[in-house]
Amino acid sequence: MPLNTTTTPPFVAVLVRGLLAGLIAGLLAGAFAYVAGEPHVEAAIAIEEAASHADPATAGAHDHEDALVSRTGQRGGLFLATGLFGAAMGGLLATAYVLLSRRRRGDDDGRSGLLLAGAALLGAVIVPFLKYPANPPAVGDPATINQRTVTYLLMVVLGLVAVWAGSLGYRSVGAQAPTWLRAAAAVGGFLLVTAVSYVVMPSFQEVPADFPATLLWSFRLASLGTQVVLWTGIGLLFAALMHHERRRRAGTALPST
Amino acid sequence: MSSSASSQPVVHPAGSARLLWTALATVAALTLLAYLVAFDQGAVSRSGMYLHELMHDGRHLLGVPCH
Ligand SMILES: [Zn+2]
Repeated sequence: MPLNTTTTPPFVAVLVRGLLAGLIAGLLAGAFAYVAGEPHVEAAIAIEEAASHADPATAGAHDHEDALVSRTGQRGGLFLATGLFGAAMGGLLATAYVLLSRRRRGDDDGRSGLLLAGAALLGAVIVPFLKYPANPPAVGDPATINQRTVTYLLMVVLGLVAVWAGSLGYRSVGAQAPTWLRAAAAVGGFLLVTAVSYVVMPSFQEVPADFPATLLWSFRLASLGTQVVLWTGIGLLFAALMHHERRRRAGTALPST
Repeated sequence: MSSSASSQPVVHPAGSARLLWTALATVAALTLLAYLVAFDQGAVSRSGMYLHELMHDGRHLLGVPCH
């Protein structure tokens, strides 16, 4: 009984594609981070070590000298981290895609996969980043790490809520309303939640006074770029893989490549 | 069996519940994986600080608070 031949494929088929898209996008993000970010990490570690040599009492949480993993190992571990993290994010995106597809009519051919990746980039990356930007080694007080971790995670959740409020605003204005009005309602809902959470959540100013501003800026740009590569990659690869899967299931696939 | 509703995914209540549980288990497993990369300090991975240190640069460049 061929149900759903042209609608959403089984959960496992979607999940595998999400994991694969995430793994590949994660490795691409790792390559970007290696080229664009590692020089700044190295420079920041040099500053961190100079500081801890000058005053051993203020040595940071990591002692990079008798570390478990060498710096070479950590540079390679970058790819392990982004690959695994990417696979996890791709799998979560695929799960959200399947759950939401039950409310969707018929085929969307990748559009909602791309929309979900864009929503995740905005809500889980850009909104938290503007409140709690990434920090290189030597920036951040080890005494507040638990507080900063919890507030960062909360900000990720609030960012996703903000995107959800935006989509709620978009849908709350009737479909017959002009597009600009629906867009304005979406922006309004998103900005309302974002602004309130920025005001309510605590701020941390822990950049050492003598830390080079250009290095901080370059590192943060590279960090944001890494996440942009990750989510752009997940969205595009997932949409492409799902497109092929649908074509295959519909029996209209071109001779296999 | 009518084929008139072919544009609407057919959702069976039982299949729907099973899908929800599968999805929930998947989300839990993937959240654990992301946690291992982004936050674990050996408590879950049972590798001491080895995995934490190995993925140190990834954590910084993904924008997660590290130290
Ligand atoms: Zn660190």
